[in-house]
Amino acid sequence: MKRDLIIRIGVKLILPFMLMFAAYVHLHGDYGPGGGFQAGVIIAGMVIVHALVFGVEAAKRIAPVKLVEKLVPAGVLIYASAGLPPFFRGMMYLDYSAYGMDPLHAHEWGVFLVEAGVITTVAATMIAIFYAFTARQPS
Amino acid sequence: MEVYVTAALLTLLLAITIAIVRQRSLYSIVILAGAYSFLMASVLVAFDAVDVAMTEAAVGAGVSTVFLLAALYRTKSREYPRPRNIIVPLFVTSVTGAALVWGTWSLPPFGAADAPIHKHTTPHYLEEARAKRIAPNVVTAVLADYRSFDTLGETTVIFTAGIGIMMLLRQRRRRADDREEAET
Repeated sequence: MKRDLIIRIGVKLILPFMLMFAAYVHLHGDYGPGGGFQAGVIIAGMVIVHALVFGVEAAKRIAPVKLVEKLVPAGVLIYASAGLPPFFRGMMYLDYSAYGMDPLHAHEWGVFLVEAGVITTVAATMIAIFYAFTARQPS
Repeated sequence: MEVYVTAALLTLLLAITIAIVRQRSLYSIVILAGAYSFLMASVLVAFDAVDVAMTEAAVGAGVSTVFLLAALYRTKSREYPRPRNIIVPLFVTSVTGAALVWGTWSLPPFGAADAPIHKHTTPHYLEEARAKRIAPNVVTAVLADYRSFDTLGETTVIFTAGIGIMMLLRQRRRRADDREEAET
């Protein structure tokens, strides 16, 4: 599809909006539908669409394999460490009340951090699986 | 009105299912499965389950279609010919289907507000999320707040699955490289 002008320009136009929509789905998950999982899949979809149109090598320049593979466990670590501040302040592990006085604000922060972990792991895992498939030779 | 929309969507789902069963080319089946997922997402929107619909559209219709196409590119894309003997498969599927239909008879009516699942912890979540002002979207409140340990476990499952697939696919490639090196 590298030579198809309409697909190339169209994808270039649509990619930034996909990223923005993913950020919206993540940040607005408290109020609207969606959350870290959906946003992570949308980000992965962005990289995969780029890889389908411009080739896997071009996508690997945006999301290098080594970075993606490090982000897979990093997301779990972000999630798990989001529970530590309440833990060390004498509350329950993952009790978001420790993040502020106002409950709505504190829980927003907690959910944001936790969903940031989810988004990292989900997006990185999807991209890594895609890379793993494309790296194999047809048998 | 909603009944007609749901009925139309479910009819289309049935049509796609029949098309998938009759289709032999695996590429067509993957594309039809993507269309199935997208229709399923529409059904879920009609049921007001927007969070699930979003996941279905993104994962079912989007990413998994690409993964299946990538997998087909590495393998053969024609299904093996139909087996001659269809009595045993027909028996197994009809018994399983009959058991499932029989099971639905003892379920509460669809959408009933007094079903046990809506009586157990859901009222508590709804009231407390509003009273303590946790998160306006209760789905997020339940997923990331009340059941944050559960979601931590889910994230670990995704991590484990991803690592497993990466190691499986990469090991094969390394073996192939070794073989090439041994041959040269």
